[in-house]
Amino acid sequence: MSAAPLISAKGVWKFYGDFAALRDINLDVAPGTTLALLGRNGAGKTTLLRMFAALSSPSRGSITISGAAAGAQETLRSPAQRRRIGVIGHSIWIYDDLTAAENLEFFARLYGPRAPHEKIEHWLKTTGLDHVRNRQAREFSRGMRQRLAIARAFFHDPEILLLDEPFTALDDRAADLLSRLIKQAHAAGRTTVISTHQLREALALATDVAILDRGRLAFRGPSTDDLRAAPEDFYRAYTEPRA
Amino acid sequence: MDVLRGTFIIAFKDLRVELRSKEVINAALSFALVILLLFSFAFDPSAEETREISGGLLWLVFIFAGILVLNRSFARETVNDCLDGLVASPLSGAPILLGKAVSNTVLLLVLELVTLPIFGIFYNVRWTVGLGWLLLVLLLGTWGLTVVGTLFSALTVNVSLREAMLPLLVFPITLPILMAAVQLTTTLFSGEPIAPDMVWLRVLIGCDIIFTVLAGALVESVLVG
Repeated sequence: MSAAPLISAKGVWKFYGDFAALRDINLDVAPGTTLALLGRNGAGKTTLLRMFAALSSPSRGSITISGAAAGAQETLRSPAQRRRIGVIGHSIWIYDDLTAAENLEFFARLYGPRAPHEKIEHWLKTTGLDHVRNRQAREFSRGMRQRLAIARAFFHDPEILLLDEPFTALDDRAADLLSRLIKQAHAAGRTTVISTHQLREALALATDVAILDRGRLAFRGPSTDDLRAAPEDFYRAYTEPRA
Repeated sequence: MDVLRGTFIIAFKDLRVELRSKEVINAALSFALVILLLFSFAFDPSAEETREISGGLLWLVFIFAGILVLNRSFARETVNDCLDGLVASPLSGAPILLGKAVSNTVLLLVLELVTLPIFGIFYNVRWTVGLGWLLLVLLLGTWGLTVVGTLFSALTVNVSLREAMLPLLVFPITLPILMAAVQLTTTLFSGEPIAPDMVWLRVLIGCDIIFTVLAGALVESVLVG
């Protein structure tokens, strides 16, 4: 018997004016899954991920994230639920006028993890930013800023990771770090949803695949060896070419 | 998360960022001083009539400069999409709004306390008489202005003409607050005392409570699309 879903989208539609960005999405994500959410630009990946992160609400349908307790369901916007989620968005979500350490301190205050100072030290070291901890983020190179964003997302040891195009424009060091952290999260039983159109990188990490095409869920299944061997052919079969 | 704790976290962060960049306070203070100077050319500072409208002149300076502060309140969160980081965090909308309103109030009060002595010199106004009451009126008037302005700053954060939109939305709604603050300030500048049961003081306190509750209740739907 399969595990009860941790994240569940039921009949989700999202409208921007008359445009339907998502059309009747039904998608369950079991605990411990690393799901690659694939699709072309404009397929609705970011819209769906933002709803999972409670940054946006469905126009129709519902999104639920189950509680740790059996059968418990809390509202998606409750502080307890959001404390369970770590997000890497399109942008880095860090303050340029604060130092690396101050940025992490600020998010530590928001999320209230145990032993915040030890965690700040750990993540500054893990991301290789401990030697520039007192420099403002605006002085950082792009790669350093990306590593700080990774630290911000993983900092509070979230049960659910929502990563929107996380490998886009990452330098080698940051990409290696992120891949390693996603593998560690999977090994620790964490649930990860990676929205991307970078097939090979995502499939190397994913246990499951979902393909969105023009707002509809076109495919949902496990990431198999066949799929990993020829991901482009598989992907093309489920996505219509744009006019 | 406790609303008070969340409010403090946001206010502390915003003030720390502002202390470092001095982006808003420098612009708003310069703007306030320029308006004061222009008003002193436009009106005869020695005339008795001018002193009678001194409360209105002072609050005009405060609200014009205040709009600069309020415009940047949520706009600064758009850099690196930090607003998404706040909304995705365990904080609910109310402490985000209240934290920003507290930070804006502190910045505006600093601006007001710097501007006040200069205003007193330009307009020959004895502003130190009834100083305790004046500080209370400044605090209540500024809070009312900033709590409404901060809500609309969130509402207009992604609007391309937000600099023009914000005053158009804020000024009409804060009219009762501004009228009360102007009346009370003019009374104090005339050397008359304020009684605790004075109607304009009640209006000011009542509006502050109503707008704070309304803004706290509405902000969540403003922030989550």
